[in-house]
Amino acid sequence: MTPATLAAYSVLAVYSAMAVYVLAFIAFALDLSKRSAIAQSASAGAQAPASLSRATTGTSGAAKTAVLDRAAPPAVPTSSTVAGRASRFQRTAYALVIVGWVVHVTALVLRGVASGRVPWSDLYEFVMTGTAIMVGVFIFVQLWRDVKFLGAYITAIVVLLLGLASVNFYVPVGPLNPALQSVWLVIHVFVATLGTGFFAVGGGLSIAQLLQTRREMGGLARVPFLATFPASEVLENIAYRVIVVGFAFWTFTLMAGAIWAERAWGRYWGWDTKEVWTFIIWVTFAGYIHARATRGWRGSRSAWLAIIGFTAVMFNFTVVNLFFKGLHAYTGL
Amino acid sequence: MASRTRSNPTPSDDGTSVVGDPLRPSDHVDGTPVDDGGGVTQPRLNLVGYLRFFWRQLTSMRTALILLLLLALGAVPGSLVPQRSSDPNGVVAYQTNNPDTFKILDSLGLFSTFTSPWFSAIYLLLFVSLVGCIIPRLKHHLDALRAKPPKTPARLERLVGFTSVTTTTDPAAAIAEARSLLKRQGYRVASYENSVSAERGYLRETGNLIFHIALVGILLTVGVFGSFGYTGQRILVQGEAFTNVIGDYDSYEPGRFSDENSLQPFQLRLDTFEPKYLFQNGGWAPEDFAANLSTRVPGGSWTKQTLKVNSPVDIGGTQVYLLGNGFAPVVTVKNPKGAVVYSGPVAFLSQDNNLTSTGVIKVPDGLAKQVAFQGFFCPTPVTTTTGCASISPYLSKNAKALPVLQLSVFTGDLGLDKGAAVNAYSLNEDGLTKIAGFRTSVPGLDLHVGDSAELPNGLGSIEFTGIDRFVSVDIHHDPTPAFALLFALLILGGLLLSLFVPRRRVWIKAVPGRGTQLTRIEYAGLARGEDPTLARAVAELAQRHQQHLDDVPGAAADDPGEERT
Repeated sequence: MTPATLAAYSVLAVYSAMAVYVLAFIAFALDLSKRSAIAQSASAGAQAPASLSRATTGTSGAAKTAVLDRAAPPAVPTSSTVAGRASRFQRTAYALVIVGWVVHVTALVLRGVASGRVPWSDLYEFVMTGTAIMVGVFIFVQLWRDVKFLGAYITAIVVLLLGLASVNFYVPVGPLNPALQSVWLVIHVFVATLGTGFFAVGGGLSIAQLLQTRREMGGLARVPFLATFPASEVLENIAYRVIVVGFAFWTFTLMAGAIWAERAWGRYWGWDTKEVWTFIIWVTFAGYIHARATRGWRGSRSAWLAIIGFTAVMFNFTVVNLFFKGLHAYTGL
Repeated sequence: MASRTRSNPTPSDDGTSVVGDPLRPSDHVDGTPVDDGGGVTQPRLNLVGYLRFFWRQLTSMRTALILLLLLALGAVPGSLVPQRSSDPNGVVAYQTNNPDTFKILDSLGLFSTFTSPWFSAIYLLLFVSLVGCIIPRLKHHLDALRAKPPKTPARLERLVGFTSVTTTTDPAAAIAEARSLLKRQGYRVASYENSVSAERGYLRETGNLIFHIALVGILLTVGVFGSFGYTGQRILVQGEAFTNVIGDYDSYEPGRFSDENSLQPFQLRLDTFEPKYLFQNGGWAPEDFAANLSTRVPGGSWTKQTLKVNSPVDIGGTQVYLLGNGFAPVVTVKNPKGAVVYSGPVAFLSQDNNLTSTGVIKVPDGLAKQVAFQGFFCPTPVTTTTGCASISPYLSKNAKALPVLQLSVFTGDLGLDKGAAVNAYSLNEDGLTKIAGFRTSVPGLDLHVGDSAELPNGLGSIEFTGIDRFVSVDIHHDPTPAFALLFALLILGGLLLSLFVPRRRVWIKAVPGRGTQLTRIEYAGLARGEDPTLARAVAELAQRHQQHLDDVPGAAADDPGEERT
């Protein structure tokens, strides 16, 4: 197959992935409405089931020791305790996300083969890779914690970004700009998108945390599905773990970028617009991490910082790339 | 760890705090809250008191956090407004287009945001706050590294993951087993009466301190050592040699502590320049640029080296970078008598991917008046209403569209005699009269290689004799990258340790049974910083310890079912 054919198949795959993600979004939205119904019937009937089985570690019959008492972990209403098993909608939606992701990654590989280089060297490719990594991180985090309730948020962002990129940023496969011919293109940009993926999931968790906090304080009665989400403190802890990983990647991005800039431009730091924004994002998330360790800032205030940080990431990858003058002018537009 | 407060959340039996960390700022979530004397009339503060008060404010978590957020916010204008450091032409353009807002923004220092007093104030305060925070913590951590884990608290049941089991093993054997188990798991252990106290994850605090100290290190590296470097630019036409002295640069910026002696002596010559372009998707895109250089250090001979965009050439610690390239038409200007008054290649700066280029030729001496030429060079021209435009970056060999040099002619004062620096690549038209070209009655000059033309008013003649290539290079001496890289690696390593190593204390205590009662063993842990897996770790520890006890030979068997409560 010629590169042009491969590139055309890649475009086809991107549109297919978008279609599957849209279906997944619909199913996730239906899942949320089902959760609302369950939460309402639960609160209408009795109070939420309070009895959690006492955790006891299994000591075999032959053992000489016996468990007397164990402080049970604080009971947190999670999606599994209140809503029971994951709804059929959620299972369908998650399956669709995985299918969409496989098609999405196929599109990336085709584009990469068509151009004979890594598929993140212009803005269209960058959005394509960035969104694939967002979905990838979303799937990866499920292995550790069930955060499928974020599915509607993630699929919505991904479809919007992919649509924007396909319609406005598309450029045909072209040769690699001499300034980009470096191994650091592979490392620096890839790790940046990894960081972005973790920040995206973390941002979603922080939004959920803020909403949950308001519900716990007696607000948001019209968003009953929140009752099926983990408690705000649990959401905050998960968000923190995810964002901290993103922060480590972001730190590496900044350093790798500086090393590359030293090779390509003769200085490792020059306050180029993109460098400025990378710095702003790094400092904002550093602020987030400190806020979580500061009395009076833990909770909602630090969640706001996480959301501001993720907004800055999105701003950096769209508005700064397109409209700000600087050395990182590789949109291909 | 000495207790300094009355409001310890979890005091242990000997009065030491097991939760509060007095060397954290008082508003750290793991720190010990300071009684702010709410409602109580504070004594009047003397000077030392005030200093101490401000110091405590400055080194508090809240201040550090607010300074961090201010730092992020303060950097934003640096991306909205062109900066003198990264985009000096943008600043000039801004001044021309918006003279009024320019004055306001300039008075706020927004065109050099990152060296402005207010931005410097933010980061200097932040770093003072940081140093004030890490010095006591460093001392405390060095002590902690030598100290043994603290005494076991009296009431373990209030701590994380509390588990209690009974066993027939005698207390001393159980504790000995616990001690070796904890040691194998990387804990530092201390035995107390019938209990073992263990702590691990000292690397978390070590990493945290390394991270913060390395941040200070990078600031000092850039701020102090960076001032020993210099940077300069030079346009080099094929065959031309450059000597590394200040006078041979087109533009030169010394660091604060560098002088002419900082320049390593070497010479640089451009032999050939080979660009490669690819025609794809209806346009030409650059594929590869290679400048073949010869370099020479004193006493040495010329060595050939290749300079590319992503691979600078290093000459004795000074780096040469390839920034740009283009064509340099070679012209000869003669006076009416035929004597040469100007001859040589003139770099024309490219305006697009197809190398439509603009440039200026200044002839200050030798003619009746000072003369300047300004115009376009197009390697593969098509005609437009304002001049030529190039449709390919390669020199055309098509006889119908040969490379063309299109010039307007000016006479008047070139402004070169005042001693002020003048940009060689642009023309200040104040004081000049256009005598040929667009919007004058005399048509401009249209020259192909080998053509010559008479200048208007009998001033003389100009001949277009050939086309050379040029490259623009950035020459850079910076002693800091190695240090900056070292500190950056320390930052990354410290960060990973401080974020992902859990720091925790665990205790295993054996309570001997009275009479025929069995021994009771208690397990509990305490997080020191973020530690979401502590409860699970204590549970696993308890389970493993029980398994080990079950395997201890010689202990009497017992029916455990009856002991379950």
